[in-house]
Amino acid sequence: MPDVSYVGKALPPTAPYQVGREKIREFALAIGEGASVCLDVDAARAAGHPDVVAPPTFAVTFTMPAIEAFLRDPAFGWDYLRMVHGDQSITLHRPICGGDDLVTTIHVDDLRTRGGSHMLTLRCEVADTDGEPVATTKLLLVTAAEGES
Amino acid sequence: MTAVGDELPPLSVRVTRADLVRYAGASGDFNPIHWSDRVATSAGLPGVIAHGMLTMALTGRLVTDWAGSPAAVRTYGVRFTRPVVVPDDDDGALVELSGKVTGLSEPEGGERIAKVAITAAFEGKTVLGRAIAEVAVPSE
Repeated sequence: MPDVSYVGKALPPTAPYQVGREKIREFALAIGEGASVCLDVDAARAAGHPDVVAPPTFAVTFTMPAIEAFLRDPAFGWDYLRMVHGDQSITLHRPICGGDDLVTTIHVDDLRTRGGSHMLTLRCEVADTDGEPVATTKLLLVTAAEGES
Repeated sequence: MTAVGDELPPLSVRVTRADLVRYAGASGDFNPIHWSDRVATSAGLPGVIAHGMLTMALTGRLVTDWAGSPAAVRTYGVRFTRPVVVPDDDDGALVELSGKVTGLSEPEGGERIAKVAITAAFEGKTVLGRAIAEVAVPSE
């Protein structure tokens, strides 16, 4: 059984993640996003952005490793290997751009057991190093509660 | 000018195993259910499945193509209701996307926001539930 005492708590903020221009290009190409503001720094600047613009789901590249580290921590007691992704939402307070230094704080919003499954709701607050909000992501993760009532 | 009821230009996206490998590298999600038939089937899946976040990202292109820029997206949310099974062949899986403007806000802080409801189908069945994006659109 995962440790319910985490609910309502925030984990320590991550070290700053620097968003790379080439990482944005790599991600855009992997999802077939061909917008010039994602690929071409001159086009991005002409459109008023400081650098290339990340596609809306890009935050997963740096929030997921932090989430995975938490879920693999035996102290929390989550069955990482049988986990499925239930839902996902992303709110962008501003576009994520190349050169951003971003800090992620994971909040454990909810944990409940229903129909033989543990359902975990996590929220990631992403901010720049001045503390200005950049993105909020929320996800529901589900894993089997086999052998538990 | 954008209006409630507008339909977005539909988009069909083909996903192959090579696309899954490429997305694994770009996203850092190396879960073997996205590349190993052995692991996927032993986890009870019908075969290798696309990353949920890849399906979400590909579906997001319907909206970013329509809006003209990914920077216009303010919120985007989906429920993963059914996996996209990707066969080990050259054709892969075909995901068909459509969307419709279901709401439009008055300009707020100089921005007019369109709410778009998206449908993503694979083999005729919906793979995402409650897929909704909010996008900034021109006010005039």
